Amino acid sequence: MTEKLVIIGNGMAPGRMLEHLLEKAPGRYQVTIFNAEPRVNYDRIMLSPVLSGEKAYEEIIIHGDGWYIKHGITLYKGHKIVAIDRQAKTVTSDHGVTEPYDKLVIATGSVPFIIPVPGHDLPGVLTYRDLDDVRAMMLAAQSRAKAVVIGGGLLGLEAAAGLNAQGMDVTVLHVMPTLMERQLDPAAGYLLQRAVEQRGIKVITKANTQAITGNGKVERVELADGTVIPATLVVMAVGIRPNAALAKEAGIAVNRGIVVDAGMRSNDPDIYAIGECAEVNGQVYGLVAPLYEMARVAASHLAGNEAAAFVHMDTPTKLKVTGIELFSLGDFAEGDDRQEIVLRDAAAGVYKRLVLKDDRIIGTVLYGETADGAWFNDLKKKQTDISEMRDTLIFGQSYQGGAPLDPMAAVAALPDDAEICGCNGVCKGKITGAITARGLTSLDDVRAHTKASASCGSCTGLVEKLMVLTIGDKYNPAAVQPMCSCTALGHDEVRRLIKAKGLKTIPAVMQELEWKTSCGCAKCRPALNYYLVCDWPDEYADDYQSRFINERVHANIQKDGTYSVVPRMWGGVTNAAELRAIADVVDKFEIPMVKVTGGQRIDMLGIRKEDLPAVWADLGQAGFVSGHAYAKGLRTVKTCVGSDWCRFGTQDSTGLGIRIEKFMWGSWTPAKVKMAVSGCPRNCAEATCKDVGVICVDSGYEIHFAGAAGLDIKGTEVLGLVKTEDEALEHIVALTQMYREQGRYLERIYKWAKRVGIAEIKRQIMDDGEKRKAYFDRFVFSQKFAQVDPWSERASGKDKHEFRPMASVGFAQAAE
Amino acid sequence: MNWVSIGTLSDIPRRGARCVATPEGKIAVFRTADDQVFAIDDHCPHKGGPLSQGIVHGTAVTCPLHNWVISLETGKALGADEGAVRTIAVRIDGERLFIALEALASRAA
Ligand code: SRM
Ligand SMILES: Cc1cc2nc3c(=O)[nH]c(=O)nc-3n(C[C@H](O)[C@H](O)[C@H](O)COP(=O)(O)OP(=O)(O)OC[C@H]3O[C@@H](n4cnc5c(N)ncnc54)[C@H](O)[C@@H]3O)c2cc1C
Ligand code: SF4
Ligand code: FES
Repeated sequence: MTEKLVIIGNGMAPGRMLEHLLEKAPGRYQVTIFNAEPRVNYDRIMLSPVLSGEKAYEEIIIHGDGWYIKHGITLYKGHKIVAIDRQAKTVTSDHGVTEPYDKLVIATGSVPFIIPVPGHDLPGVLTYRDLDDVRAMMLAAQSRAKAVVIGGGLLGLEAAAGLNAQGMDVTVLHVMPTLMERQLDPAAGYLLQRAVEQRGIKVITKANTQAITGNGKVERVELADGTVIPATLVVMAVGIRPNAALAKEAGIAVNRGIVVDAGMRSNDPDIYAIGECAEVNGQVYGLVAPLYEMARVAASHLAGNEAAAFVHMDTPTKLKVTGIELFSLGDFAEGDDRQEIVLRDAAAGVYKRLVLKDDRIIGTVLYGETADGAWFNDLKKKQTDISEMRDTLIFGQSYQGGAPLDPMAAVAALPDDAEICGCNGVCKGKITGAITARGLTSLDDVRAHTKASASCGSCTGLVEKLMVLTIGDKYNPAAVQPMCSCTALGHDEVRRLIKAKGLKTIPAVMQELEWKTSCGCAKCRPALNYYLVCDWPDEYADDYQSRFINERVHANIQKDGTYSVVPRMWGGVTNAAELRAIADVVDKFEIPMVKVTGGQRIDMLGIRKEDLPAVWADLGQAGFVSGHAYAKGLRTVKTCVGSDWCRFGTQDSTGLGIRIEKFMWGSWTPAKVKMAVSGCPRNCAEATCKDVGVICVDSGYEIHFAGAAGLDIKGTEVLGLVKTEDEALEHIVALTQMYREQGRYLERIYKWAKRVGIAEIKRQIMDDGEKRKAYFDRFVFSQKFAQVDPWSERASGKDKHEFRPMASVGFAQAAE
Repeated sequence: MNWVSIGTLSDIPRRGARCVATPEGKIAVFRTADDQVFAIDDHCPHKGGPLSQGIVHGTAVTCPLHNWVISLETGKALGADEGAVRTIAVRIDGERLFIALEALASRAA
């Protein structure tokens, strides 16, 4: 009969244990898991990128629901085990489920430590441990208020960086004189503090929190020296404690954690403990690498191999804050029997220190440049005698043995047993072996088969280099389509990183995201220019040299190099004065063709470039502004005559169309946006094939979106019905802003909607009033900078050089 | 060689271009991000698009009409496309720019 294995906790350690167990002894156990968190197993260490907005929760799931189904595992989500009955060999959850076991694995992780100052239980005080904490922080960040993070260690700084990326004003309080003092020496701690402060995060060291105060919720944090810091959110990240209370109540031996032997077995032979809750050889652990080793050992024992034993290991610490490179390993305290080698490059912000004892590395701190971390780690682990290369050791592996090597060669030179992935303890030989044996060609495959780069991801670059070294061109980097050949990153990553790293110029993006070309190409530059215009409306200076000619000169280029001009005709409505002005301009500049367009405008075609400013000056005098017929932006709002005239009209469709157009003109969007408002379901304005359309009905306004009638033909989707014109405007503007923030350059609304899902868009725009309001407000803010008529600017002399030749030469010679 | 003055470096925006009118058509004068200057006929080898209106990147320009990429150094189309435009020698003397006009005259003749 199959034995019953019950697991308490569904974190990173037991998830890994099950993978090993399913491989070693498939079918041996009938597995039941109880997890207090109401979800599947996810990569807890990637919560920081979720908080900063660089990743979505879906991207950090390790085992989705399908995995449990496939392996016949029962997972009780949201069930906390409240009692273990060792006599009866059962566990009982807070929802009253009792489950018998033959073997029990306790993997309850840790509980965050909360400093018991007055006010620690006020609403608005959070810890940083699971997805619920992250969601709560993201919600708090929406109000863009002030946050205080107590604790300047790894978790605290990751939380601070994430909240900062979400737009909060963040202060970090740290009780010690320098940040991350457990992993960094003071010099590196200082550099780190400077880098953190450069992001606009305030840091107060030697800060002794005395109280958190406020009326019914957090309002401020008070320090022992009298300093008062206003705050609406307080995150405590001051340490963790093994979560061993349940085991203790059941009479299992507990010291700091649940005491287990090298086989991960507690003093009850049928009960194992793994993960942060376990204490082995007097040590508890808080990084995944040793926990994964525990998982491997426990799986072996459960599969019947009693020989497997856990041995202590040092794990390097890395900070997962984009743009800060930091690596620390081992022991770096000073001492008489120790020597050190230090390298500083202030200009480059680099600091490296090696601590040696008996010609062997015992500790490493790297700041600013961490590529050699793996190599130093390897030397330390193998206790290599470094006396031969002592003089050049600090310069890293590439300086050993003559000429400097390029990074590729440095990776090629690593021995097969060099550790590449610290989190999962995967060495080089295992990765290259798997690539060759299984014919792997994508990073995801390598992650799936070896686990390398599957946890914190900081070794991804190394793994990719190994793939190139092993299979060359067959390596197909990332499933994401890169923006263009200047980068390996896709549009979405670039957009996220622009926000996360606060990049505000095209050169900054290219520098920080390691563009492969000096100044991009005609594909990426316009895209980057749009992303920056959209993300930093008040700060970014539009780069005209990165716009297509049409947007640079605000007219449409024609096949013969002349231009067409389409003035705005709000909602398609015009009058005698406007028509007369157009007629005059056509005569004066001998414009060869005048045409009525599909979007209810008048197009004047065949205008010489030199004449454009003068044409615009004349049109401007009649009150015309640019119709943006050339723009990746709001084009036209088509209307029908509506209730003012039409016998079927239910609402003032013409008025609403004009109102929308006057509100939204001038905004830049990923691709062009065309709208229409029809006065009744007969739909004479063809609103149901537009990017955004409105069908007026008796009871209000039915808002449509994601239609297409160009390269593709597609009827719109219904966003929802609203009662008033004001609401219609708010919803349409919010929808457009959501698209502006998420769309990839040149992606029309219908393609974007297909990618992110109609339901998700409805949820954010129709159901989530707060989100809708926030989108609306951001659009309104950006319009302050966008609603400047480009034609009148140019008619008054802006960009004169665009419209005139630089010189006229050679005519005399030719005449001779 | 007859060097004809056409203006100064600052007349052209970085990563941009200006035209010089000549009896045989326009010449496009480009300035790259690192202040190199190139002159070529303002006439795309594909369908005659005005290359001076394109986006300048590195030492190449992308034609505004159908996105051919033309090397400013050689005048040749890059990538899979085939074709070339005439290049015209440029001299930079301090701020001042000159183009080699004899080439023009000889073609006119
Ligand atoms: C003027 C006009 C034709 C006309 O004489 O009526 C026109 C003219 C051009 N269209 Fe259009 N389209 C015109 C209505 C449309 C319509 C119908 C409509 O808007 O009611 C469509 C289908 C609806 C849609 O947009 O999906 C349409 C789908 C396109 C497309 C395909 C877009 C797509 O994603 O499927 C392009 C190509 C593109 O944008 O890349 C395009 C591109 C163009 C360009 C800009 C081609 C170019 O890049 O030079 C033409 C510019 C001529 C000029 O200089 O003015 N035009 N074009 C219409 C101007 C609309 C207006 O009043 O502003
Ligand atoms: C924000 C953050 C960033 C981190 N970054 C890194 C990093 O970069 N590198 C690194 O190596 N480590 C990092 N860590 C640490 C790493 O995540 C943990 O060491 C690891 O997740 C611990 O795994 P575990 O299985 O022991 O416990 P956990 O993953 O914490 O899982 C424990 C689970 O047990 C559940 N549970 C608890 N009690 C009960 C009960 N009575 N009944 C049922 N279920 C229960 C909990 O709800 C929880 O889901 C980070 C941690 C956090 C929070
Ligand atoms: S359909 Fe549009 S893009 Fe095609 S030729 Fe006509 S105007 Fe130009
Ligand atoms: S005319 Fe230049 S690409 Fe077609």
